[in-house]
Amino acid sequence: MNFKQSFRLAIKSLKTSKMRSFLTMLGIIIGVASVIILVSLMNGLSQDMTSSFESMGTNTLTVNVMGRGTNRTLSVEEVETLVEENPEYLDQYSPRVTASVTAKYDVNSVSTTVIGVNEFYDDMQSVAVTEGRFIQYIDTLRRLKVCVIGAYEAQELFEGADPIGETVKLNGSSYKVVGLLEETADSEEGSDDDVIYVPYTAATRLADNARISSYYLTAVDTDEIETSKTVIENMMYSVFEDENAYRVTSMSEMIEAVNEMTSSMALVLVGIAGISLVVGGIGIMNIMLVSVTERTREIGIRKSLGAKRKDIMRQFIIEAATTSSAGGIIGIIFGIGAAYAAGVIMDMTVVPSWNAVAIAFSVSVGIGIVFGYFPANKAAKMNPIDALRYD
Amino acid sequence: MIRLEEVYKIYNMGENEVRAIDGVSLEIRENEMAAIIGQSGSGKSTCMNIIGCLDVPTSGKYYLNDQDVSHMKDDELAEVRNKTLGFIFQQYNLIHKLNVLENVELPLVYKGVHEKERIEAAREALRKVGIEDKMNNLPSQLSGGQQQRVSIARALAGNPSIILADEPTGALDTKTGKEVLEFLQKLNGEGNTIILITHDMGVAEKAKRIIRISDGKIVEDSGHSVPKTEHERSGIPGKGNVKRAVPKAAGMGDAV
Ligand SMILES: Nc1ncnc2c1ncn2[C@@H]1O[C@H](COP(=O)(O)OP(=O)(O)O)[C@@H](O)[C@H]1O
Ligand SMILES: [Mg+2]
Repeated sequence: MNFKQSFRLAIKSLKTSKMRSFLTMLGIIIGVASVIILVSLMNGLSQDMTSSFESMGTNTLTVNVMGRGTNRTLSVEEVETLVEENPEYLDQYSPRVTASVTAKYDVNSVSTTVIGVNEFYDDMQSVAVTEGRFIQYIDTLRRLKVCVIGAYEAQELFEGADPIGETVKLNGSSYKVVGLLEETADSEEGSDDDVIYVPYTAATRLADNARISSYYLTAVDTDEIETSKTVIENMMYSVFEDENAYRVTSMSEMIEAVNEMTSSMALVLVGIAGISLVVGGIGIMNIMLVSVTERTREIGIRKSLGAKRKDIMRQFIIEAATTSSAGGIIGIIFGIGAAYAAGVIMDMTVVPSWNAVAIAFSVSVGIGIVFGYFPANKAAKMNPIDALRYD
Repeated sequence: MIRLEEVYKIYNMGENEVRAIDGVSLEIRENEMAAIIGQSGSGKSTCMNIIGCLDVPTSGKYYLNDQDVSHMKDDELAEVRNKTLGFIFQQYNLIHKLNVLENVELPLVYKGVHEKERIEAAREALRKVGIEDKMNNLPSQLSGGQQQRVSIARALAGNPSIILADEPTGALDTKTGKEVLEFLQKLNGEGNTIILITHDMGVAEKAKRIIRISDGKIVEDSGHSVPKTEHERSGIPGKGNVKRAVPKAAGMGDAV
């Protein structure tokens, strides 16, 4: 029995009983569509998170001092010495002190985050200033109350007026605006544009805690980041003598962790969606069994004309695979459409994966073959006389 | 060509056994036209199933073209059927979803004949039964007589050496039935071996040899008809509309 004829027959019977075909395919359609939707959304999520980590620089290392069980702190001078002593591994450093503040100018006010840094921070994190300047060495040295504001603050506090040289109140104390950051995220609240940088020496006054517990460092070479990390860890251990008192993390590790998390989450979700593919397969098997019974006489006729087991087998398997792959194609189209719709509604990035599409399609063909096997085998084993006598 | 030796077909129905064929020995030679006649339940269909390689005997030997087919497996039997046998059934047994041409192509599909050649051969067979113009129709769009002609074309398409017809006129009116029989006679005249199965003496009479079967046994055999000479063969029935000059292209009459 040739493939072309079986395929044409399968298409024909799909077309002649549209409702039945649709119901048969429904499980596959739902299964494939949900896999595509989930994968597209998870992909989008992980891409968003990765790019936001990447914008912080893949050569960034962060040091956090938990200070648990000890009063020992890590001073800026110690970090500076570390960087100076390891020029082949470490490039720059900056303390990082964060505080939540209310910023006021005139009658306008916003709640935002103040980050206390030194003069290297803008280089390390690729922070660009469009007007004025960034924090400088002299500011940190003299604990000057100056600040560099994000585009969101400029918009909310100054409403388009030039902020440079003006004075804003951060939790009540006056800071002079010396720089304006470049807009990177449409000046949205909570985005990278919603930030105020001050000298870290000044920030310790704004934060509840005067200790500096977080540092950013940059590795000389991203490929050697693990060695750079070890260098920091060794120093940290010699200071604290307790691995639990601090944590050193590299940005690429974070990205990896996020990707790992999203992909294992995706795997679980896709696994759940996969159950509906199996249910779809059982639906196809059920209809194929009905179809084999309905066509007992046809099978008898074909056998009397010389069809071998494998010919009958192939015919029914091709039919099952055609049905399931038609379901798969509909599911893919529907899934991609629904993923974009969901992306718009939930304001998420949608990244359809062509791998997922290819896998979904192959799986649906595979399901047709696997679940078509049993009915096809039943048909192939029919005795031609019994089949011919059937009506 | 066909040789049955002490063939039995026994069905075990719980306690009692049914001897559908009860020790039949029979030989049918090439170019014969034989009718197997008997009452309902006498074992005709069982006999035809065995001769047609649709079933194997419980015991005994069946030689088809000197090949022992009595112990063959499913797929081997399928191949034998495909290569040497053509079936004509009472209920036509056409596949409803396929059009006339596709139905006639089927034996060639299973023979593995290429599409172009296959269509050519199928059209040739349809031309022979005079129904080529209906080749794109579905069987349901044809009359009973036309459907039976399609099934004859299908039996002929694979160019088998034996044609088995089980009550080929059973579902047809007298006139169409007669035309089908005449066509079978004509095919026999062209050198085909034909075995006709019927319960109707009027139908059986068209064959040169009549084998009567009762309770699974042969009770009467009009004897081996002597294979005819070439001269005799081309001159047979001479009835009605058989055009002697172009026997291959002759139709069965448009009234069917
Ligand atoms: N599959 C079967 N199982 C049991 N008995 C059968 C089977 N096929 C045929 N028979 C019996 O064998 C006998 C001959 O049947 P069959 O060959 O169909 O007769 P006919 O075709 O002459 O009417 C009948 O008695 C029938 O009941
Ligand atoms: Mg019968």
